[in-house]
Amino acid sequence: MKDSNTTLAAIIRKHEADILAEWLRLQAEVRSPHGTIDEAEQRSASRDFLSALAKAVGEQSAADLRAPAFDRVREILTDISTTRARQGFSPSETATFVFLLKQPLFARLRKDIADGQGLADALWTATLLIDGLGLFTTEAFQKTREEVIQRQQRELLELSTPVVELWEGILALPLIGTLDSGRTQVVMESLLEKIVSSGSELAIIDITGVPTVDTLVAQHLMKTVAAARLMGADCIISGIRPQIAQTIVHLGVDLSQVVTKSSLADAFVVALARTGARVEGRGAAIPASTTAGA
Amino acid sequence: MERIPILRMGRFLLVTIQVDMHDQLALTLQDDLTQRIVKDRAKGVLIDISSLDVVDSFIGRMISNIAGMSRVLDAQTVVVGMRPAVAITLVELGLDLAGVRTALNVEKGMALLQGATA
Repeated sequence: MKDSNTTLAAIIRKHEADILAEWLRLQAEVRSPHGTIDEAEQRSASRDFLSALAKAVGEQSAADLRAPAFDRVREILTDISTTRARQGFSPSETATFVFLLKQPLFARLRKDIADGQGLADALWTATLLIDGLGLFTTEAFQKTREEVIQRQQRELLELSTPVVELWEGILALPLIGTLDSGRTQVVMESLLEKIVSSGSELAIIDITGVPTVDTLVAQHLMKTVAAARLMGADCIISGIRPQIAQTIVHLGVDLSQVVTKSSLADAFVVALARTGARVEGRGAAIPASTTAGA
Repeated sequence: MERIPILRMGRFLLVTIQVDMHDQLALTLQDDLTQRIVKDRAKGVLIDISSLDVVDSFIGRMISNIAGMSRVLDAQTVVVGMRPAVAITLVELGLDLAGVRTALNVEKGMALLQGATA
């Protein structure tokens, strides 16, 4: 393998300018729907990549891309993949950058190596090398995307769990978006912390903004209610849309342990009645207990 | 021997747990508490666990047991001051302490008992 590596490195170095020109031409032919990359930037990245590759192949066995000799090559590829991932390119478009190198490289190999066995060896080495690099590009691309997703998830978590104090001793927790176990944990923690810090005995969990309620979401809700109860606070669930009421019954979810109301306003009236306050209109008084119902 | 003090406040008993519970201590507490309920004719028991950072299934079960014993002796049990992290742990463990009343702090727990036994 060492021999074919040296041959490969020598050929890349010998024809570096030619290979680069042809490679760049091929890259230019591939038009992406996601916009194009700056031509000059592309050229310099490709040139750096090719020379780093030639150097690395000469020093190291091509099969091991993790070797220190390939540090520079990996660095350049990571840069390119990261930029393209941010710009919204697809993974195959990003990997094509590397795979396009095959054609010019193989053409030079075929021209320069007369001996059949030697050619087969060199081609095999080059294929291994470029496939490995292609996979690496995809990995780097994926990693960048995952970082973006994780950051967005974190932001979403922080954004979507406000606990507000509606009245003395009454908290409201308007839930927006899907409830998964990770979010439930955050929601539960912030609600319980707020219960302690404000000394509230009632919390209204409003699920108007929760798009779907399945058994898992219902279970998460019940857990939150149970935890609040253990601390000494009662929960009211409000904002149950007709569709969701139907789903809950069809799924056989038991919400009988919790007070449920269809709107936040109703829940608030119940909560006020429990704290001993009542809502009074300017004309006739509206006793909270008759509007509350439960 | 290590013991958890039981204080009397009118018709109610106040137990503040501040040390790590272990088997012997829990048994001693159950023993002492049942004796005091009978002796003082207590109508309610307040268990303050606000100093506990960690509650495992053992303590959860112990609290349930105490509540059960007190109910048989005609006294209501209120657990007060549970920390958020503790509440989450108990829920995750599947212990919802059914039958045990809860309150945010001793003051509110006392008000709850007074309302319930009035």
